[in-house]
Parts: sequence; C-alpha cells; structure tokens
Amino acid sequence: MATTKVLKRKPLTFAEKTFIPQIATGLKTTLGTMFKKSVTLQYPEERPVIPDNYRGVPTLVKDPNGREKCVSCQLCEFVCPPKAIRITPGEIDSEAEPDRAHVEKAPKEFDINMLRCIYCGLCQEVCPEEAIFLQDVFSLSGYSREEMINDKEKLYELGGTLPDKHFKWDKKKSAEEAGNPHH
Amino acid sequence: MDYLSILLPIAFALTMITVFMTICGYSVLAERKVSSWIQGRVGPNRTRLPLVGHIPILGNILTGLGLFQPAADGLKFLFKEEIIPGHVKVGYYYLAPIIALAPALTTMVVVPFGRYVDPNGVVQPLVLANIDVGILFILAISSLGVYGIVLAGWSSNSKYPFLGAIRSSAQMISYELAMGLALLPVLMWAGDLTLFSVVQSQKSLWLCMWQPLSALIFLVAVFAETNRLPFDMAESETDLVGGFHTEYGAFKFGLFFVAEYAHIIVGSALFVLLFMGGWNFLPGIADPWSDGIVGTVLSVLWFMGKVFAMIFFFIWVRWTLPRFRYDQVMNLGWKILLPLAIGNLIFNTLIIALYDSL
Repeated sequence: MATTKVLKRKPLTFAEKTFIPQIATGLKTTLGTMFKKSVTLQYPEERPVIPDNYRGVPTLVKDPNGREKCVSCQLCEFVCPPKAIRITPGEIDSEAEPDRAHVEKAPKEFDINMLRCIYCGLCQEVCPEEAIFLQDVFSLSGYSREEMINDKEKLYELGGTLPDKHFKWDKKKSAEEAGNPHH
Repeated sequence: MDYLSILLPIAFALTMITVFMTICGYSVLAERKVSSWIQGRVGPNRTRLPLVGHIPILGNILTGLGLFQPAADGLKFLFKEEIIPGHVKVGYYYLAPIIALAPALTTMVVVPFGRYVDPNGVVQPLVLANIDVGILFILAISSLGVYGIVLAGWSSNSKYPFLGAIRSSAQMISYELAMGLALLPVLMWAGDLTLFSVVQSQKSLWLCMWQPLSALIFLVAVFAETNRLPFDMAESETDLVGGFHTEYGAFKFGLFFVAEYAHIIVGSALFVLLFMGGWNFLPGIADPWSDGIVGTVLSVLWFMGKVFAMIFFFIWVRWTLPRFRYDQVMNLGWKILLPLAIGNLIFNTLIIALYDSL
C-alpha cells in the first residue's frame, strides 16, 4: 500500500506575517483593474452577440412562398418533455389554398407555454417538416401567465421565413403540369 | 456688531455642514464608482438632472460620471416608506441614527482645514473652534459614535443587529487604545495638543516619514474605528445580514450610511493633519502659498486634495481586502497593535528624554 504523502507547509516569513507586502500586492492588482476597460454591457441599449447555434425561444417558420410549414403532426407535442406545446389540428382553408387543402393539415391553434418550456430543442429535432426552430430571442417577459403563452400568431411573428430550397408545393405543381413520366 | 458676532459663526457652521454633507454624498458616489472600476463594471451612469444633464457634451459627461447620483440616492432614502418593525424599542430606535451621525459632525468643528495670515502677520488656522485640546476632543467625541451602533443593535431587539453591535463595540474599545497610544509620540514631538501646531511642526518633514510605526498603527486603528473593511465587524453582510442596521430602512438607514462616510472623512482629515503634513505643500519644499486670500484658498484646496486621496485610499482598501475573522481582529488589536504602540511610545519617550538631556 502506498503511503500518503504529507506535504510540509512552509512557515511564514516575518514580512508575510505583517500582511503588508500581501496588502500592497493586492492594492496593486485592484489599481491595475481600475484602469482596464470595464466588461459591462449597457444592456437594453447594447445587446450581447448571440451565437449562431443558440437555442432561444422556439418559433414557427414559413416557407419562402409564405406557406405554413407545420402540418400539425403533433410530434413536437408528443416529444416535448415538459409538455409545453399544445396543438389543435385544423383543416386548410380550401378557398385560400385549393391545392393544399384536403392534402395536408395545418394547426388551428399552436400554443407554446414559455413558463414550461425548457429550451431543450427536442421539438426542433423531431420536426419532420422543419417547421419549428429555436432561434435567437432570449429575453421573454410578461405581466401575467397568459401573456407567457405564445400563440400561433406570435410564434410565426417571431419565426419569420425559412429560406429553404425544398419548394415542396412548387415541385408538386410542376410535376402535375408536366405529367408523371412513370405513369 | 453684537448680532454679527453671533450670526457669523452660525453662517460659518452652516456653510461647513453643507460642504461636509456634500462631500459625504460624493464619497458615497466615489465608493460606488471606484468599486465598479475595480470590479470591471461601469457604476452609476444613468441619473440625469433635467436642465444641467441636457447640456450637449457636458451633460453626457456628468451623467456618465454619475455626478447626479447622490441626489437620486438621497431622494430615494427620503421618499421610501418608513417601516418600524413591531419588536423594536421605539425611542432608542429613533435615537440611534442621530447618535451615530452627531459625533462625526461635532468633531468636524475642531478640524482645521487651511491657514491664513492675520493682519499682524501671524499664521492662523482656518477652523470653526480653535480649542487647545483639539486632538483630545476628537478622540473623546468620535468614540461616542459607537453608542449609535450599540443602541441600534440593542433597540432593534433582533439577534443579528445585536451581534453586530457587540462585535463593533468590542472592536472599537480595543482599537481606541492602540490609536491613542500611537498618537502620543506624535503629540510629544509636537509638544502641543492643538492640531494646528502639529501641522505647523511638519513644515520640513511629514510625520509619517519619521514616525512610520505610529502612522501605520493609527491608520489601521482608523480603519477599525470607522468600521471599514477589513474591519467591518459591525456590518459583515455575509454573516450578519446587515449587522446593526438590519432593522433600519428609509431615511434612518440613510443617516447611518452618511454617518459612516462622515467618520471616514473625519478620519482621513485627521490622518492628513497628523501624519501627512496637513496643508503643507511637500516635504522639504517651502509652502508656495502666498499671504493673501489666494494663498489661503490654495492651502485649503491642497488640504482637501490630500483628504480626497485618503478617502480614495479607504475605498481602495475596502475593495481589495477580505474581512478579518472576529478573533483575528481581536488578536491584531490586543496582541500586536497595542504592544507595538506601547513599545513605540517608550522608544520615543527615551529618545525625547535623551534629546532633552543633551
């Protein structure tokens, strides 16, 4: 068995016992920091730089044509660990978007309770349509619990448009017009 | 003529109090600013007075330096709700902050802050009351400040203030001994108890240069007497909540706060007068102050400059050193400073005796 090594503590010198050299060193250090630039960010006016991979508030995005990407499959609602997401599925208005109606669904209501959300990003990871993203909004505040529930309108407002290259509905339309060579 | 002889001292006293309280307010600002610079922060820089603060460039500079902040601080203390906890002893509870502030304002009376040459060509001190026992008066009155803290702690009827008060009274009693004994050699060399003659005796050499031990002991004792870090046993936010002023709010807390800074200013002024040559220019250089009014103003400004440097030193030390443990404070006071001060006293007495017998 190995023996425990006992370190000998060096006795203090007389100068160290008077504290004075240590105090002088400390004073020198603090004087040095006094003339350095302060690290404070003047918060509401100056904002911190948010890293690109930041996981902020979850938001819903639209595709470049301004269509909702969410098809209300409710996978995010299912995967959400703190059960912050609540989706009410609904039909697409057949007059506004005749080719999408009766093919896909869209959320009638999409609520994310930000008092429950833990910013884990599982909703973003699980979404098959790339419709939900955790973006760079980091400060949320409100006067009531109701205000802290982001509804569909708010989520789309926060989310904006995702510049993806899928153009799912454009491709479907062009394929329809050109005919399907396999049939 | 009779009216004038009564009114003039009152006017002088009111002016002095105004200046002194302003310096108190701005020491608070200095504390906040210096602490923030030392910690890499910005400090108060938002408060803006309506008219002055909106002068194009100057207003921004003043606001950035936080120069309007003391007014906001004071107003805040004034307009806060006065909460009196149900368990306090009301009379003493009200008395304590007054007793804490009064000694500091009283000692200010005998602190000379400049010199002038009277028509007969004799150099006279600028002081409200030029009494012969200036130093004794200051020592006697300033130690009354502990009563404010003790009363506050006791009348709060709550355990943390009580502990703070006990600690602080023990600490003040311990360090007062070392302080007085460290002063004695100085007074023996000066041969007089008035602060003015002590200052005049430092024309060629400041006392801190040939009495460094006295100066050091006195400085440490002043830190302890003013309850400043590293000796802020009375407050110790981390272990006693807020110490003696835990149960105080609003303006009564403000009074304690101002009293702390008033003590610091008086302590700094005292140290400057006793050990740093007061309004004397620099050691070894004759005073460049002329005999006229300009010379008087310059001497006052030079003295104020030194006092501000000392206040800065107080703040600087506070944000550098951690707090002593209570037993360490007592050890330092009784086992180190007191014997050192006694030894220093005996040593100086012997030297003076030798010097006189030669």
